[in-house]
Amino acid sequence: MKDILPMKITVNGREHAFEVESRRTLADVLRHDLGYTGTHLGCEHGICGACTVLLDGLPVRSCLVFGVQADGCEVETVEGLESEGRLNPLQEAFSAHHALQCGFCTPGFLMLATGFLRENVDPTEEEIREAMSSNLCRCTGYQGIIEAVQAAAGQEPEAAVDASVAPEISENQREGVSPLRDAGDHAQ
Amino acid sequence: MPADRWVGRSLPRVEDARHLTGQSLFVDDIERPRMLYAAFVRSPFGAARIESISTEDAMEIPGVESILVPSDLDGVPGLKPMLHRDEFVAIEMPLLSGEAIHHVGEPVAMVLADSPHAAEDGAEAVAVEYEPLEPVVSLEAALAEDARAVHEGMDSNVLLDVPLPEDPEVDEAFERGPFVVEATFTTGRVAAVPMEGRAGMAEWDGREDRLVLYTSTQVPYIVRTAIADILDLPQQRIRVIAPDVGGGFGLKCVVSREEVLISIAAQRLRHPVKWIEDRQENLTAAFHGHEQRYEAAAAFDEEGKLLALKADIACDVGAYSCYPFTCGVEPLMAATEMPGPYRLQRYWSRTRAVTTNKAPMAPYRGVSRPQITFVMERLMQKAAKRVGIDAAEIRRRNLITEFPHESPTGVVYDPGSYIECLDRCAEALDLQAWRERQEEARREGRLIGLGFSCFAERTGYGTRAFALRKMGITPGLDNAHLRMDPSGNVTVMVGTCGHGQGHQTTLAQIAADELGIDPAHISVRQGDTESTPYGWGTFASRSLVIGGGATKRAAVLLAERVKEVASHLLEASAGDLEIEEGKVSVRGSPDRSIEVAAVARAAHLEAQLLPEGEAGTLDANAGFDPPGTFSNATHGAVVEIDPETGEVRIDRYVVAEDCGVMINPMIVEGQVRGGVAQGIAAALYERFVYDDEGQPVTSTLMDYLVPTATEIPPIEIMHLETPCEFTETGAKGVGEGGTMGAPAAIACAVADAVAHLDIEIDDLPITPDRLRAAIKGSHEGNTR
Repeated sequence: MKDILPMKITVNGREHAFEVESRRTLADVLRHDLGYTGTHLGCEHGICGACTVLLDGLPVRSCLVFGVQADGCEVETVEGLESEGRLNPLQEAFSAHHALQCGFCTPGFLMLATGFLRENVDPTEEEIREAMSSNLCRCTGYQGIIEAVQAAAGQEPEAAVDASVAPEISENQREGVSPLRDAGDHAQ
Repeated sequence: MPADRWVGRSLPRVEDARHLTGQSLFVDDIERPRMLYAAFVRSPFGAARIESISTEDAMEIPGVESILVPSDLDGVPGLKPMLHRDEFVAIEMPLLSGEAIHHVGEPVAMVLADSPHAAEDGAEAVAVEYEPLEPVVSLEAALAEDARAVHEGMDSNVLLDVPLPEDPEVDEAFERGPFVVEATFTTGRVAAVPMEGRAGMAEWDGREDRLVLYTSTQVPYIVRTAIADILDLPQQRIRVIAPDVGGGFGLKCVVSREEVLISIAAQRLRHPVKWIEDRQENLTAAFHGHEQRYEAAAAFDEEGKLLALKADIACDVGAYSCYPFTCGVEPLMAATEMPGPYRLQRYWSRTRAVTTNKAPMAPYRGVSRPQITFVMERLMQKAAKRVGIDAAEIRRRNLITEFPHESPTGVVYDPGSYIECLDRCAEALDLQAWRERQEEARREGRLIGLGFSCFAERTGYGTRAFALRKMGITPGLDNAHLRMDPSGNVTVMVGTCGHGQGHQTTLAQIAADELGIDPAHISVRQGDTESTPYGWGTFASRSLVIGGGATKRAAVLLAERVKEVASHLLEASAGDLEIEEGKVSVRGSPDRSIEVAAVARAAHLEAQLLPEGEAGTLDANAGFDPPGTFSNATHGAVVEIDPETGEVRIDRYVVAEDCGVMINPMIVEGQVRGGVAQGIAAALYERFVYDDEGQPVTSTLMDYLVPTATEIPPIEIMHLETPCEFTETGAKGVGEGGTMGAPAAIACAVADAVAHLDIEIDDLPITPDRLRAAIKGSHEGNTR
């Protein structure tokens, strides 16, 4: 009864070849078959956008794409944004502008904004709002997200974070693995 | 105190890095070998009797391992939260409903399979025969004389009815007047909609012979108590862990049937069992809130001073009481805090919890305060019109100015900046020039309006305050345990359980100031009954006040311990030592100093340097259980209505708030903005709707309109600071204020925009269809 198909995808530059049940969504494949759990499922009906990833460079709801539809494609997820342990400018901006609280919608917004900023390198605030209205956030009221995208686009909204302490703490966070992992380690 | 304190600075959040890189850990990210996935068979009827349940076909589905039906739970109690009050009717929420169905979405059976897909296939194949009954789906229907009892054996649908004694002086004030305003107000049913729904993963730890439950909760210790009672296990043989939690807003400060059921399954089957709620379940089968009706009246004197207030309050609490707060949480909060930030001589209220065939109510951000603020502010606005003074002036004449202030319900308000916040808001919105601007707009056929809302946000209240509610178990206290390791780094363990509020950052800031070390050297642990001290978790804007207070107390004690150890190494009296920037030094002789790290090393690894009994661990415990403190704020909104569509656009939104000492202003502003967004949602967009058959019709995010970035405007925030005298840090809570103030501010602004059309805005949400109909139905609207 199960319809199993072979597939290959490249995730954040790394190739994966495996078999998948045809009804599994791209989100299922990423999260459960390949372990990219940074992509979150918030509604599974294409409204909230928490599961947004880039498929061949374009933002898609990975809950609305079957895994096998991505056969032969390149996927980018939140795990691919940092390089060599360094946050990229968009990630930095999200922190500096308090664009996240619980963090559940954050990967989706980051991927949405990544795709958006590749297409529109110097967007107006209105364009950013319009684009970011694709996804839902329940914690922030969106203002920090809008400002973070503006900042990542090289515009200069005032940062929420205390600039005098930001670099120092930021450096501490990235020294070694402990603060990054420590904060997330809930003593399992 | 060092000049350069950590408290008060917008430090970047420690939490951010893991969320930004996909390294956070939510329940669904946890995998186990041999794990089973749970899916629930849920009632499609709002009221029904169950005739039969057959699992035969479902067991044939490949991958289905086991199915739990109500008869498998004989002798297992459900969740039965209590209020020790004569006026309260306790209702047990069964884990699985075997006989009577009380709302759509009620769980009837649990299917366990080797994949979530197979579990859902199995749930679909379970055959349940129902005999549908007539559902009771509104307050009016539930309170009607001939109403069917939602719960068999009851003679009414009222689960709690608390009237204050009749007070002739209240009636007298209303007779005296001279200005009396009265109206019936309603607010819509809303859902918290955290972006991560409810979720749990239970496993039996055979090595320790205990249950381990990972659950997306705000209250791990309370979940443990509930499960221990139901499973009849000692509490120490249950470990509850809240990993990263994707928003709660109150929905996750109650215990869910599903959390208990997967725990039972894990115990019985010795398999890890995971349940991840889907969005439709979250909207229809979790908890709702805020559906309330107020028949309210207020009497004012010639100058617009409030003399007396009457409120008959009814809360539609759905089918059950939530554990542990009960269905009393909304009606009791509403009646107790109704007077809000206003001086008031006489007050009478009656407050009721009314059961209906809808999903049960649980605390949702603000708990009744968004509603009472809406009612009070609209009464103020109506009265201002009658008295002939301006909307800000009537509030100014009634706001509390002397502290401590005791309300007619006996609640004590500590000092705040009520008038100042109003004045700041009025100034920011240029109230003086407003009427002219509005007149000009009206001449152009445009409808613009300005509204204020003033409110008091009770936060951080401990055992004594909660005890007045007479709950079966009483929330309030919290604890912190601080431990310094041999390298001089500190772990703060707390019983509060943040889920987006940034406690790992702010609690470290509080501890850092007392310990004289950088917060980067402090880790905060929470959300694990194994490794944190006992605490009530995170809800009711309590964590920074109570958890933060406990943290500060423990940090002071730990600093004393560090000084004690250092006193031997420096050969000085501990009383002469101070800790700053990671060094313990003799006050006045900065050259006689030692690194905190060296002290920690000596205490653990070089005990021979210390007198006997002085070495060993450096740690400290402290608890905190304060009486509660009021934050305050005024919100101001400017709106424009499209008369053709009834759509409301928010042109400006201003908040002047006072939450005492801000530990981290960036995080305060995040709480305010997020809260305002949820308040705007309740004012204009969100309403959970049931049809006459008790069917939910807003069961997806296509129908239940959570606002996006294009609906929520930039929110301007001004801070005032009245430090609290009894919260250790001077901080007051700020988690719910945004949600409390926004519905009233928006409603008053919309009412102001249509005041000349004699339209009253007494029902929330103000949806375009409602508003358009009112405009078109008005005299002016017709002749436009």
